Amino acid sequence: MKTTNAKTMHPLLRKIGPLLGCIVFYIVIMLLRRADIINGYYMQVMLFAGVNVLMTASLNLVNGFTGQFCIGHAGFMSLGAYGAAVITTMVFKSNSIPEAAQIPVFLLGLLCGGIVAAIVGILIGIPSLKLKGDYLAIVTLAFGEIVRALLRLIQPIGGARGMIGIPNYANFFWIMFFVVLTLWLLRNLIYSPYGRAFIAIRDNEIAADAMGINTTKYKIMSFCIAAFIAGVAGGLYAHVLSFIQPDSFGFTKSADYLVYLYAGGSGSLTGSVVGAVLLTILPEVLRFLATWRLVLYAIILIAVMLYRSEGLIGGKEVPFLRIKRSSLYEKPWVGRKKNDMSAE
Amino acid sequence: MASFLQYLVYGLQLGSVYALLALGYTMVYGIVGMINTAHGDFLMIGALGTYFIAKLFDSVSIDGTYPMLAVGCIILIAMVMTGGIAVGVEAIAYRPLRNKPRMIALITAVGVSMFLTNFPRALPFIGPNPRPFPTLFTPKTFTVLGASITSTQIIMIILAAVTMLALDRLVAKTKMGAQMRAVSMDKDAASLMGINIDKVISITFFIGGALAAVSGICYASVYPQVEVYMGSWLGNMSFVSAVLGGIGDIRGAMLGGFILGIAQIFATAINSTFGYAVGFIILIVILLVKPAGIMGKVTIEKV
Repeated sequence: MKTTNAKTMHPLLRKIGPLLGCIVFYIVIMLLRRADIINGYYMQVMLFAGVNVLMTASLNLVNGFTGQFCIGHAGFMSLGAYGAAVITTMVFKSNSIPEAAQIPVFLLGLLCGGIVAAIVGILIGIPSLKLKGDYLAIVTLAFGEIVRALLRLIQPIGGARGMIGIPNYANFFWIMFFVVLTLWLLRNLIYSPYGRAFIAIRDNEIAADAMGINTTKYKIMSFCIAAFIAGVAGGLYAHVLSFIQPDSFGFTKSADYLVYLYAGGSGSLTGSVVGAVLLTILPEVLRFLATWRLVLYAIILIAVMLYRSEGLIGGKEVPFLRIKRSSLYEKPWVGRKKNDMSAE
Repeated sequence: MASFLQYLVYGLQLGSVYALLALGYTMVYGIVGMINTAHGDFLMIGALGTYFIAKLFDSVSIDGTYPMLAVGCIILIAMVMTGGIAVGVEAIAYRPLRNKPRMIALITAVGVSMFLTNFPRALPFIGPNPRPFPTLFTPKTFTVLGASITSTQIIMIILAAVTMLALDRLVAKTKMGAQMRAVSMDKDAASLMGINIDKVISITFFIGGALAAVSGICYASVYPQVEVYMGSWLGNMSFVSAVLGGIGDIRGAMLGGFILGIAQIFATAINSTFGYAVGFIILIVILLVKPAGIMGKVTIEKV
């Protein structure tokens, strides 16, 4: 970080600017909510958009940055949702705990949901990452469906009927908190040596292997982190909707996240945010079309893929999700000469 | 013993639906290399189309049954129609993406699937409600060793087996088949040899769509209800059977379809939810033991 050219912002501003922006955004939304310009329905859509951003960003880590094909991501989400909901509704009954303990219980639930998903992510990752490409995709699809079928069989958590009466702890603050935290962590992860390894595996797995990267380890790590985030997102989802059932986490849901990811542009966190937010809002905006809305949604999706197949954002990043190049290329492990920057 | 045989009959019946659908999946995958998630919806189009085509033939029906010739016409029209739609889908949505990453084609296929499901649903004369499927074949019931088997089931199973053999011969022996194999091996080289790739791929999609229509008619003949959502889970299961048998391999798809159908019926007899999961459990086990599927060949990746 020794060179700063004229274009970049003041370092301090650059560091805290995005955070300030988030706080301002939060306050503005809250004021609009208080003035009832944003009604409960808009708020609900925004909460789901936040959950979808988390899911898409975590899927991006696996599909976009590590180059693996996970098409059963809703499976991790359902594990997280059930894990968190069991903690907040069964272990600590929501009406029997004091007000002050609600938030810690909620966070504990999210953590447990994330950990359950991450452990399963490792378990599914170790054997299946021997498989490549399409076959890995199929195993993750099968995994998602198996999770769904198993959840339907477990009667104490409601079986096929699902769980009801989950306290809706997940308000706008928590959703936004987790979205910002996750994006920040993912950004730092992607520009860390680990992230470099992920990207190397994506670009050419054999070459990455030859350069001494333990590809299996990094692939499992990527799976595990993505599963953890998906689990947390699932926990948030459960506490937004206060009702979950196994069938809402089927292949359709996984396909939704794939659509958000690739329509937004894979390999770019900005793309995940834009894709998830736009495509969550789009069906709601089209609601006046009644039964035709999904037809139009499908046409828009196909058109985006045909005419802009790299996604809406297409691999670009907004400045605060990017790390300054100078600091990146000074790191010894990158091992690139300064004048080789044109390759990027 | 009798109930075992009975389950076996049901298994073969479901298996032949999966197998017919899986043939289309596997051929498209083998030649274009894409997972066409919209394939299950071709089944739905086929079954729903048959419902409306049969309506047109109402005047020739006697007490709700159709003469043999009319049934043949209905099935043929449904096959051609579904095949045509499949060709159209390929030409509009998949052809421009042929050289793009596979995931892009997969997402487009998800979009196509969404379109094919929701478009008929939005049309006022189709709508989301299930409809009773017309009786194309009047079933006669036979009893073999205590298990009852209907003529419809026999026709279905034989039809599936004959189609598989015919397709296998088509790919192995005819000039068209040789072109298909060439395109599946190397598109550019095939093109240099004077093969019209677009035509070969269109024909593949046509065959896949037509077979999906047949499997839709078979499915709706034994579970006589058609609705716009019927394609999605059937498509998923037949995809699983294609992978199980080794995706890209015609005999494998057939084998996978029957294995999955039989396993699913026996597992459903134990527990209905387990019946759904068993296909995926078998799939994971097979893939971990033999990653290319039962009949699939392992390809060695060269640097």
